[in-house]
Formats: sequence, C-alpha cells, structure tokens
Amino acid sequence: MESGRQYARSMIHIEQVNRSFGSTQVLRDVDFTISPGLMTGFVGGNGAGKTTTMRILLGVLEPSSGRITVDGEPMSAHYRAGIGYMPEERGLYPKMPVLEQIVYLARLHGISKQRATERATELLERLGLAERMKDDLQSLSLGNQQRAQIAAALTHEPHALVLDEPFSGLDPMAVENTLEVLRDVADTGAPVLFSSHQLDVVERLCDELVIIADGEIRAAGSREEIRSANTSPAWDLETDADTGWIRSIPGIDVIEFDGGFARFHAPDADAADAVLQQAISRGRVRSFAPYRPPLTEIFQEVIR
Amino acid sequence: MNATETIAPGQNSQIGFWSASGIVAQREVSVRLRSKSFIISTIIMLVFIVAAVVLMPRIGDLFGGPGSLAVTPETTEVAAPLDGYELVEVADEAAAREAVASGDADNALVAADNATGLLIISDREVSTTLVELLSVSPEVELLDENAPNPFLAMFIAIGFGVVWFSSALTFGSHTANSVVEEKQTRIVEMLLASVPARALLTGKVLGSAVIAIAQVAAIGLAAILGAAIGGNSIVLDGLAEPILWFIVLFALGFVMISALYAAGAALVSRTEDIPATTQPITWLIMLPYIAIIIFFNNPFALQIMSYIPFSAPVAVPVRLFLDSTEWWEPLLSLAIMFVTTALLIFFSARVYENSLLRTGKAMKWREALRTSA
Repeated sequence: MESGRQYARSMIHIEQVNRSFGSTQVLRDVDFTISPGLMTGFVGGNGAGKTTTMRILLGVLEPSSGRITVDGEPMSAHYRAGIGYMPEERGLYPKMPVLEQIVYLARLHGISKQRATERATELLERLGLAERMKDDLQSLSLGNQQRAQIAAALTHEPHALVLDEPFSGLDPMAVENTLEVLRDVADTGAPVLFSSHQLDVVERLCDELVIIADGEIRAAGSREEIRSANTSPAWDLETDADTGWIRSIPGIDVIEFDGGFARFHAPDADAADAVLQQAISRGRVRSFAPYRPPLTEIFQEVIR
Repeated sequence: MNATETIAPGQNSQIGFWSASGIVAQREVSVRLRSKSFIISTIIMLVFIVAAVVLMPRIGDLFGGPGSLAVTPETTEVAAPLDGYELVEVADEAAAREAVASGDADNALVAADNATGLLIISDREVSTTLVELLSVSPEVELLDENAPNPFLAMFIAIGFGVVWFSSALTFGSHTANSVVEEKQTRIVEMLLASVPARALLTGKVLGSAVIAIAQVAAIGLAAILGAAIGGNSIVLDGLAEPILWFIVLFALGFVMISALYAAGAALVSRTEDIPATTQPITWLIMLPYIAIIIFFNNPFALQIMSYIPFSAPVAVPVRLFLDSTEWWEPLLSLAIMFVTTALLIFFSARVYENSLLRTGKAMKWREALRTSA
C-alpha cells in the first residue's frame, strides 16, 4: 500500500464550501471533517447536496467559494488522484470485461498494470466475483455490477474513500462483504466518507455522521454527540400497571404512552429516577432504561 | 515512504499527462481491434484494393482475346503476322462465310477485288482492332507521352475523395460514440476524478488516429504493393508520391476532425443526439469530396482546395498526380493544416472540458465555449 502509507492518517477538511448552479445555491457554507481511520456517514434527503459535495471533494466540480484541505494544506492533485471514488450514478464500460476495465481505471490512477491486475483479482475474489472477471460487465446482474464498481473504487490502493451510496442494490450478504472491505481500508488510517439513504445501515456502520439538508450541514460528529446535541434525554418505562399518572408529574414530558408503557423526557437523571421510584411503589416495573433514539428519528429532528 | 512523510502542497506527482493519454489511447485501440466488424471490413477493403490494382491492366483480357479468324489460302500469308489471332484455315470464301455464320470463327479474312484486296466478314459487329491492324496508318508523334489521362485523373480524384471521406466519417463517428458512451454510462465521472479532461481527449483522439492512419496507410501500401506485384505502371509511377502525401495529410486532418467530433459528442448525453451537434463536421468532410468530383480538372479550384485544411488531404495528392503543383506547395498546405489543427484542438479541448459533465439536453457549441464547468 505505497500510496496509502504516504498519506496515512490525514484529515480531510471541507472548509466553508459554497456552490451555485446558475442562480440556485445548492451548497451553503458546507464545513465538516473526515477523520482518518473512521467511517463517516453522510446522510441527507434527495437534493440535499450530498452528490455535489462529493463531486467538489473529488475536484470533478469547482466550488464557487471555499476549499478542501488535507491536514491543513489545500488538497493536492496527487492526493486527489489517490482517492477511491464511487459516483452516485454508476458507470463502467458495458462491453468491456470486468477485470480489464478495473485494471484500466487503476492504471489511470498511476498503478502499474501488473500491480493493478493482482490487486483487482484479489478484490473481485473477496467480493465474490471471481468467476465473472473475464465476462463483459453488461452480462452481470445489477448487484454484481455494483460489486464491480466497488472493486473499481478500491483497486488503486486509495488513501481515502468517497463513496456515494455504496450499499444501494446489494443483498445483505454483499453489504457485509463490502463493509468488511471498506473497514480494511479505514483500518489503514484512510478517511472514509460514504453516503446512504439506508439510515439503519449508516447507524450500524459509521463512526461519525454528517447530516446535510438544503445545502447546509445540520449536524456533524459522533453518533452520541449528535444524539445528545439534538435530543433531550428520554427514558422508557414498562410496568404491569397503568402509567397514566406520569403525565401529572411536573417537569416530565410524556412522548409516547400505551397502557403500561411510557416514554418520557426528563430534565435530568434524578428526575427520571424519581419517576422510577414512584413506579415501583405503584406496581411491578418490568423495565426501565434510557431511550436511545434511532438515527431515523434524530435525522427527522435534525433536518426539520 | 514512511508514515510521517508529508507531501508539500502543490507538488504534483500524479500520473503524467502523456502517460494518462497513452493509457486512454491504448484502450481505444484495443476496443477497436476487438471489433469483428472492423477487422472484417478492413480485410475486405484491402483485398478489394489489391485486386483492383492487380487486375486493372488485365481488364481487357477478361473480355476475351482477339478471337479466331477464318482465313482462305489466299489470305493466310496476310493474316500470319496478326498477333494473338487463332487462325482457322478454310477452303474458300463460301466456307469462310459459313465458319463465321456458324460461330466456328469470330471473323473471316478473304481476298476481294478492292483497293486493299481484302474483305473482313463479321457476324454483327466488326472488330475495329482487326480493321486497324490491316489498315495503313500514318505515323504518330506524342508530345507528352506521360500526360495523365483525364478519366484516370477523375477516378483517382474520386478514389482519394472516397478514402478521405469514408475514413474520416467512420473513425470520427467512432470517436464521437466513444465519448458519448462514457458520458451516458457516467464512467466519465470516475475518469475525471483521476485524469484531466484534456488527457482524456488527447488519448481518445490519438487512439482513433492510430487506428485510422494505420488503416489508410494499409490501403495506400496495399495499392502500391499490389501495383508492384501486378506491374501496374500507372499506380507505380504516377501515384506512389501522391499516396504517400495523402497518408501524411490524412494523419493530420484526421486528428483535427476527430478532435472536433469528440467535442461535438461531448455536447450531448445520448447516442441518439450525436448527429444534432456533429452535422456541421460531417459537412466539412463531405464538401471536399463533392468538390473534387466537380473540379478534378480545374487547376485553379484545385489550387484553392489544396490550401483549405479540410480539402487539402484530397486536393494535394490529386494536384501531385496531375503534376500541376510547385514543389513547395504541398509543404505550404501541410503547414496551413498544422496550424489549423492546433487551433481546432485548442477549441475542441475547451468545448470538451466544459460540457463533459453536463447531462440532459444537448448544449450549443457557443454555450460550451462560454461557460466554465
């Protein structure tokens, strides 16, 4: 991994990037970092600006203002050429054998033909495409084409990854395979940015999260950081008896209520404990735990 | 390399422009060489050219030789020196008539009571060759034995026109299709993330040019080689130099045309839309073809055409064949083409760069020149 080591553990910083198409501004002061060795999830609705941000990151588009830096210095063309990129709209040559075109793309990144062939073969084997390497891309199923696309993004031993929707169209097994491969790249110290609409997948995979809506970054940081910054602490209580009485406690805000179950906001842990004590005195408590809202919920909250 | 080493900002050691272009060109060539239709059509064309050149001087033979001639004892002596005729000896004039009528002989030569003392008897049509052979002709002196035959000049003009037109059109369209294929499949985004648009354009044009020039050179060499084998002196003496000039001018002209095609194709996003933007380029290569057919024997028009970059590859070789050009004129044409090609490549690169990532409806040439990506 020659090119990988050279830039090991570099931090990519998207600094105050703006971009307009004609009179519409699609990115507004977009600013976030992609940390080395971590998988950063990039989530946002359709048209939120994910693809534009990624294209600017790759130098495929110019920002109207702002810049991309690597460890504080503007991203060099050399660094950029070593990024593994998977664009939103998939594209490989339909009438060219899989292995051959992946080797071709890697060679354009400056890897020797022999090295590229070795590496591509290894990747395609790991991704379960060993038997299809010599076939034209168009004869592969869409899921297999997607795997080929992933191999194409990784063959040149990238020192950073930018992947637009890498998991779309993959079956659960393929998601796991792909994930493993991406993890390996992150473990070499490469910063990895990937976008996805499948929030449950992002939640499970990513170490850090960036949420974009209407061209603005709404939240960025670790999952816990975003969770605590954007939601007030909540608890779930389940008892044998009716829990309707919780509503009458001052300072407690019940979000959900169903017979013996209640989910409520409390200003702090002490207030929540007080609720628990009262519940115990009123009957049997089956469970009591802080509520960790899933990403979908945080996402809805953040982009609102 | 160790983990702590950092790269100075601005230092650019990514893959070089020319190695990127080279890799792109290699792919273009290998894709083309893998196409069965390309290989087959090239072989057919070469076989056709060799056959045409080898057989041209023998076309007369194909329609049969002089044929047979019935002679009576009185005319045997006269007919003896006639070259190539198969003599059929018959007893008398009546037998000679019978032989021609029945088809045993093509013509008959009998003694007659006239100025020449001879009578030719033929079935339906008289052989002028035979008449000429038996006539007394005045001596002929040719002032310019090597002056080109006007019909031959026309065929040669059309020949150069067809090769230029069909090769430029075929390979230009290949370039256009290959550009749109990359746009349509969106692979262009991955390519642009690793190499600059100009390297991509250069590689495509070079790849196409290598194949196109190789094919045209093969055609030219096949013609010269075929002529050498078949002893075709028209091609060997008069055409070898024009053919070599044609190959040189074609090489340059093709680079120019194919860069324009690539730029035109970059303006559209779907294969179906290619003709919309490449139509003007198609005219640029079709007009000289039409003009050469009209003006092949008009030296002034040919002179003008030899200075226009789009018609020079056809006009210069024709003028060389007609020997109506000064030694420096082909060089001047070459220089004009060289400058034009450089300018058009610059223009094409700008259009290509600015339109490559645009999708949706076709862009206008002017729009692509003005906007920046």
